[in-house]
Amino acid sequence: MITSFLFYAFSLILVLAALGVITSRNPVHSALFLVLSFVQSALLWLLLEAEFLAVVLILVYVGAVMVLFLFVVMMLDVGIEEVKEGFTRYLPVGVLVAIIVVAEIVYIIWYRGQDIFSVVLPEPYPETYSNTQALGGLLYTEHVYAFELAAVILLLAIVAAISLTMRQRPGLKIQSIAQQVAVKREDRVRLVKVDPSEDR
Amino acid sequence: MTAILVQLDRLLDFFGLPDLIHYTLFNGIKIIIVLLPLIITVAYFTYAERKIIGFMQNRLGPNRVGWGGLLQPFADVIKMLLKEVLIPSNSNRFLFLLAPVLSLTTALAAWAVVPFDNEFVIADIDAGLLYILAVTSLGVYGVILAGWASNSKYAFLGAMRSAAQIIAYEIAMGFALVGVLMASGSLNLGNIVEAQAGTSVLNWFVWPLFPLFLVYFISGVAETNRAPFDVAEGESEIVAGFHVEYSGIAFGLFFLGEYANMILITALTTLFFFGGWLSPFSEVSALEGSFLSEPSFAWLALKMSFFMFCFLWFRATFPRYRYDQIMRLGWKVFIPITIVWIVVEGIMVVAKVGPWSV
Repeated sequence: MITSFLFYAFSLILVLAALGVITSRNPVHSALFLVLSFVQSALLWLLLEAEFLAVVLILVYVGAVMVLFLFVVMMLDVGIEEVKEGFTRYLPVGVLVAIIVVAEIVYIIWYRGQDIFSVVLPEPYPETYSNTQALGGLLYTEHVYAFELAAVILLLAIVAAISLTMRQRPGLKIQSIAQQVAVKREDRVRLVKVDPSEDR
Repeated sequence: MTAILVQLDRLLDFFGLPDLIHYTLFNGIKIIIVLLPLIITVAYFTYAERKIIGFMQNRLGPNRVGWGGLLQPFADVIKMLLKEVLIPSNSNRFLFLLAPVLSLTTALAAWAVVPFDNEFVIADIDAGLLYILAVTSLGVYGVILAGWASNSKYAFLGAMRSAAQIIAYEIAMGFALVGVLMASGSLNLGNIVEAQAGTSVLNWFVWPLFPLFLVYFISGVAETNRAPFDVAEGESEIVAGFHVEYSGIAFGLFFLGEYANMILITALTTLFFFGGWLSPFSEVSALEGSFLSEPSFAWLALKMSFFMFCFLWFRATFPRYRYDQIMRLGWKVFIPITIVWIVVEGIMVVAKVGPWSV
């Protein structure tokens, strides 16, 4: 009873937050609504006893990705009028995409779920079940190659992103810490022998 | 403590309440048992800070209110409660008021999985370490929203600095915790402490994971925006940073959140690297049977106090980092150190060297 109540409460907030993302006039508010919808979907996953995925969703998307998103949105100060200008121009395309998506969802539900209303909730796992352990076991045994491949691709993306931004204009007066550290005494200090008896 | 909880459980049983109300009440009382002492600790931590830094700088610190200034924290709280909360013009009222609340709730929510001895913990969950990482990573929203909603350039600068800094140090922190996870083989905080139990102090993770401990603690200082990493406040450059527009209890909530976070970092450092509530003298035969050789909350509190002292010590000792140096330290020093040490640790685990081999 409580589970279904929580499910409907979280889903309601999720749908409202998702609506808020596209309807709010201020881009920062949109980003914050997106944060709220991420949190709500994490809570829905928690209801399904997928605590690892839920926590990772919050850790990665809410804790890191959305922070950078907000960072950029706040810095850019996007004017809402400019965004609104394109609305009527892009409306047909948007409607087309929406119709396709809805049609697909309806088709899947109609085709796969003829008896969807008789589907029962999955049995709750026993108390000793650990979602994290189960996922780790699968990732590092059965899917280890795919997992490693994904890791290598991500590493490649990091290297690519860094090398794209590593441009050094000549003539910039920024400090080079390696150079500063590598300075030797001889470069900076010169001992001068002054003859005290010599008078000017 | 556990005995009291068992009695409480029985008492609630006696009233024959429905399960839902029973558990809500029971956990509510557990939460109060954790939060009330925490808030009092925060109050006296601010007092200790002013006193200790005072002594380090050859001053007396607060000594007017109460005996030796002991009532100073309460005077401060009453002052803050009575002051007006000003809301700047053209600011976003809702977000402006939401920000301090967010910053406090995330600071307090993380305490849910922190065990205080081998029995007492509010929520004994499997993915405790991940939960801590996730919840502490939410704390930055309080700072960013405060800076943005204030409609002030100083607050905004502070928020931007803080966002970049916290993201940078979170990665190093997460990697350091991967080392702890590899050593203990568990994400549950209680199990992590139990994995450090053994014949002597040498079983604590601080020795095999020493570089990770340094990275974790320093990143913790940076994550809580404390000196020498307090550029988000940077009073000599941007007035008070993200909370420059806040007054009264709205500012007080930020303050409370910051100190609760500091205490949380000390608790986590103790649990992950210094054996938590375990006694350092567990196998000393001369102390056999005395309370000194027993694992207890007192040990946790003692170890935490040392790290809390370190926080204040750092503040009185180090000058503030320059911003590019903070970024350099986080990205180019700490992250490589942690990655190298995770590889070293992997080799140690495979070769069965170290305390986890037994």
